[in-house]
Amino acid sequence: MRDVDEPVGAAPEPEPRYKLTPVESAFDQQQLEVSIGPQHPSTHGVFRMDVTLDGEVVTKLKPVMGYLHRNHEQIAERTTYLGTMPFTDRLDYFGSLANNWGYALTVEKLAGITVPERAEYLRVIMCELTRVVNHTCVAGFLLQDLGAWMTPLVWALREREKVLDVFESVTGARMMCNYFRFGGVRVDMTDDDLAVVQKIIDEYPAFLDEFEALMTKNEILQQRCQGVGVLSKELAISAGISGPMARASGVPYDVRKVDKYGIYDRFDFKVPLGEKGDVFDRYYMRVLEVAESLKILRQALKDMPKGPIQDPKTKIRNFRPAKGEAYGRIESPKGELGFYIVSQGDKSPYRYHVRAPSFVNLTILEDMCLGHKLADAIVILGAVDIVLGEVDR
Amino acid sequence: MAVDEGLKRELARTGVVTTTFEAIYNWGRRSSIWPLQFGLACCAIEMMATGGARFDLARFGAEVFRGSPRQADLMIVAGTVTKKMAPQVVRLWNQMPEPKYCIAMGACAIAGGPFKEGYNVLKGIDRFIPVDVHIPGCPPRPEALLHAIITLQEKIDHQHFTRLSHPIAREIDERPAEYPIPRLGKHDLEPPANPVVWQPPEPVRSLPIVGQGALAPAKEGKA
Repeated sequence: MRDVDEPVGAAPEPEPRYKLTPVESAFDQQQLEVSIGPQHPSTHGVFRMDVTLDGEVVTKLKPVMGYLHRNHEQIAERTTYLGTMPFTDRLDYFGSLANNWGYALTVEKLAGITVPERAEYLRVIMCELTRVVNHTCVAGFLLQDLGAWMTPLVWALREREKVLDVFESVTGARMMCNYFRFGGVRVDMTDDDLAVVQKIIDEYPAFLDEFEALMTKNEILQQRCQGVGVLSKELAISAGISGPMARASGVPYDVRKVDKYGIYDRFDFKVPLGEKGDVFDRYYMRVLEVAESLKILRQALKDMPKGPIQDPKTKIRNFRPAKGEAYGRIESPKGELGFYIVSQGDKSPYRYHVRAPSFVNLTILEDMCLGHKLADAIVILGAVDIVLGEVDR
Repeated sequence: MAVDEGLKRELARTGVVTTTFEAIYNWGRRSSIWPLQFGLACCAIEMMATGGARFDLARFGAEVFRGSPRQADLMIVAGTVTKKMAPQVVRLWNQMPEPKYCIAMGACAIAGGPFKEGYNVLKGIDRFIPVDVHIPGCPPRPEALLHAIITLQEKIDHQHFTRLSHPIAREIDERPAEYPIPRLGKHDLEPPANPVVWQPPEPVRSLPIVGQGALAPAKEGKA
């Protein structure tokens, strides 16, 4: 593990793109087109891949999206600023609280709202818990795609339930929390809730060790993941890849460190970086990031002050920010989640755009899959960690 | 029942259980409902959580999620059905063998949910395929899905397959083998709904129309 401040060594050589085998007869020339999805157990929702195969090797891959296009941006331009908050929950439905933060941060930037101390800490706690849940479940899903049917996923879901209990007790909802408000959060966490969070943090490393002992050191997992779907550092940068995927390729980029939004400059945590940029690095990156998130949580719980949780000057009703535009971004579990809002002084934004990390990370799928077997393409997709609600919006 | 209750008890004491073929058959079917592994959106996550350790769908014999519609008995429409996805959902439904059931999970699947005002969201999957159980919620809790499975089990218990004269048996027997798959037209799905399974609700006339009572006498008075 290297810190983000350390210089990165020589970039790994990019894998040569796939070359067709010399054609011997007309039969060898034949390529097979396979459409995987939108209903497929391994496409993580309603995603479709049009794959062209030469034997079993992928020669062309076309992602087909839009099966879950729910007009998020259109609806946000018609409803009030606060009315969009519950819709952001449904963008990346695995990390709804992170989306809340991204949106709240942007509107706060637009309207110049400050957030009280305690609310900042609550935001960090909720967002990092989301990250812990997301990364654990992604590891479970990836292993399911590898053929470890159900067991790792059910294990991950078991841990997820413990965190969801906290979400439910604080916000009233398991998944769609709708917790953040402009200039603070909706409800305070009681001491009992904080004690439960502390218990989760204390117990999590033991689970992580157990998980790793069974999964990371598994020979099948290593054989199927190492050297598969290599993404070079240059390509990752030029394609705008962010999040754990970029860091697995050795790009030292984490919005928490770069922007230091919220109060992330107060915490001592490292940003793990990968060396090879293959699927195994992407998997292991998430395991390491869970450990770092637990570190942040521990510090946040220790330092959390008492005080108000909502900026009293912020209007709840008839909230109309002044004319202007703002782009706010956070490090969501999937990558850099950005919101772009143009205000004309109305009760709803004039233009609203979401920069969804899953969508940008998906654009590179073909480059990673070329030359690999079809079964590996499934694994590569699993390691991208997409959520279709965010991809299609 | 043809067998006398007293005789039944008498026989049970000697180790002979009397039952009907239908009861045994339905007991088997209700205890091994295999759902289609088919997640559309957010609700799919709660569906997976239901299959997880805490809620444990396996208690009801419905944990065997099948990847192929040919092997599935139950389609849980878990999430938003968009107009691009609706044809695929109907096609999957057509590919499932009878007897088959459908649970519409979540506000989006039953009526379009929070995204109803959007231009690309179907206002309920029951416009195209027959739905047995609707679960409200956004997303519904895993307990709600369990409740839906139990409700479906009750429905299966009361289905008759040996007596074809029975209304439920006739309903299933006369079901079309294939439901028409909508096409994505210029503005909307064509057709926008299947009239066999869904009719637009009749407008309720008896409701008072706001303002009419106040305006009508004034006009009369002027005239």
